Amino acid sequence: MYVAVKGGERAIDNAHAWLAEERRGDPGVGELTVPQIREQLSLAVNRVMAEGSLYDPDLAALAIKQARGDMIEAIFLIRAYRTTLPRIGHAKPVDTGAMACDRRISATFKDVPGGQVLGPTFDYTHRLIDFALAAEGEAPRSEQADPLPGTMPRVTEYLNLDGLIQPEAPSDDTPPDMTRQPMEFPAGRSLRLQALTRGDEGFVLGMAYSTQRGYAKNHPFVGELRIGTVAVEIDIPELGFAVEIGEVVLTECETVNQFTGSKTEPAQFTRGYGLVFGQSERKAISMALVDRALRWAELGEDNLGAPAQDEEFVLSHADNIQATGFLEHIKLPHYVDFQSELELVRRLRAEAQQAGTSAESGGTAPQSVEAAE
Amino acid sequence: MSAYNFAYLDEQTKRMIRRALLKAIAIPGYQVPFASREMPMPYGWGTGGVQVTAACLTPEDRLKVIDQGADDTTNAISIRKFFETTAGVETTERTGEATVIQTRHRIPEAPLGDDQILVYQVPIPEPLRFLEPRETETRRMHALEEYGLMHVKLYEDIARHGAIATSYAYPVKVEGRYVMDPSPIPKFDNPKLESAAIQLFGAGREQRIYAIPPHTRVVSLDFEDHPFVASKADHACDLCGAEQSYLDEVIVDDAGGRMFVCSDTDFCATRQAEGHRGRFSPEAAE
Repeated sequence: MYVAVKGGERAIDNAHAWLAEERRGDPGVGELTVPQIREQLSLAVNRVMAEGSLYDPDLAALAIKQARGDMIEAIFLIRAYRTTLPRIGHAKPVDTGAMACDRRISATFKDVPGGQVLGPTFDYTHRLIDFALAAEGEAPRSEQADPLPGTMPRVTEYLNLDGLIQPEAPSDDTPPDMTRQPMEFPAGRSLRLQALTRGDEGFVLGMAYSTQRGYAKNHPFVGELRIGTVAVEIDIPELGFAVEIGEVVLTECETVNQFTGSKTEPAQFTRGYGLVFGQSERKAISMALVDRALRWAELGEDNLGAPAQDEEFVLSHADNIQATGFLEHIKLPHYVDFQSELELVRRLRAEAQQAGTSAESGGTAPQSVEAAE
Repeated sequence: MSAYNFAYLDEQTKRMIRRALLKAIAIPGYQVPFASREMPMPYGWGTGGVQVTAACLTPEDRLKVIDQGADDTTNAISIRKFFETTAGVETTERTGEATVIQTRHRIPEAPLGDDQILVYQVPIPEPLRFLEPRETETRRMHALEEYGLMHVKLYEDIARHGAIATSYAYPVKVEGRYVMDPSPIPKFDNPKLESAAIQLFGAGREQRIYAIPPHTRVVSLDFEDHPFVASKADHACDLCGAEQSYLDEVIVDDAGGRMFVCSDTDFCATRQAEGHRGRFSPEAAE
């Protein structure tokens, strides 16, 4: 006879135990260490830090290990941890102009002061599986040059000198904090950039790609892409001055976009901006393209109804933690709702059937009336 | 878990949520934006309800958590465990003994009292969302009390199907002002929205909190010639014989045999303990 299903608690405990065993995999194979992940899967670590909105390579590596390599799950672990951390202060805006660059390229000029520096990039590798990597070998070494002297000037500043590029208005306003205030629309650029930098890489990439394919096309060039280390400074009220508390690696992308002018703006180049934790080039470029597409109103462009121009659409769907949670929640029991739907469908079908039969009998009735007449 | 504050959230966050709750109580049915936090369970799995519960709990509270009316569904167990660990509060499966009840998709059958708080988990707080996807638009519609679109939708249902084809998350009007989504409870539960208890609704992902204060008028939308009917399966519970409780349909064999049982497990167990019997009760079957 039927008894209500009990023992959910034991099932959950057993599922967790099995999950832990699966995470470890074959115990005959050596266990991954957190430093191994941090050092050898560093681009995965970067993505987890960027979308987790927390700069901590060790913690991100641990999250990747715990999540069995599921990036969104790892990002989720970092986000959930991040919310529990107290706010001890706010950093001063980081100066990416003073970045110690590992990589810095411009697609708009053949050469620029400071030079084109390729850095550690996949760009010109041939994507051939390197079977030698399957065997353990000596750690590869690359040739070392002297550190780059001084700071790299910004490429877009050269355009700015001639007034050829739209200037960015400086502001000392305290930016809004999307992790402490509910999102409201219109969000404004500052909030948009916050949402984009922690947005899902795949989603932001797809949105950016759609603008390249003609949905609100805005002809971007990578004015400059730079990756490197910047200092983080924080004002210490007791001391009365700012103290450097550490360094972070950032990827910054400024796009230069063709712009023939609008009702409000003269013909000039315009900008899109991307800034992401770690070496995250694809994300930074994507972010810059989407940022530019979302600026249509400010630049007096037409709203073409393209998805990437729609702030509410982009910002409401960019967060993979929100998206995956809501998507996956349909695995949860819904049998109460399903039951009410079952009853509704049954009733509608019964009524339709009844109406069908009465329509048929109704069809014969007038005939008999006619016959009677 | 001593590294975390009582009921997980820090006091600053709780204060922010309590402010939103007070505002929600003051404007029945109005969706108050709040800075929802990332919780250690996924969005869509009750993060809004969990935050509201966390902000309401005191160490003296007795908590009950149900999902689909049952205390033993996996997610209900998971949330109950979360508060057992982070708040150390007493928990119960008895509706009458609980001071705070967090629920997903049901209102308990037993009437609630004025010393109880019912916390709903809400996936989509906006009743107009499926008619208008833009938040900027729907907020304006609420502000102007512009609910014509909803009535047109219900009317179209009648024109097409002969009945209003909404069986759960059936929209209500609260205290004659705001149209509100009661969360995906079956419409059978709608009459119970007029209650002596405080009813709080939390939508974590959508960052909204709303409320129905005790004894507030809650009217399910309908038309004079098509009045609202709180329907349920036309059966009695096969375990406790109850005729006025919401039923789950359970497939019991591979020949399509089925039985109906109360979705509210505490209600059913209480009735069985009182000696009520249904068609398939072990004793009745003998």
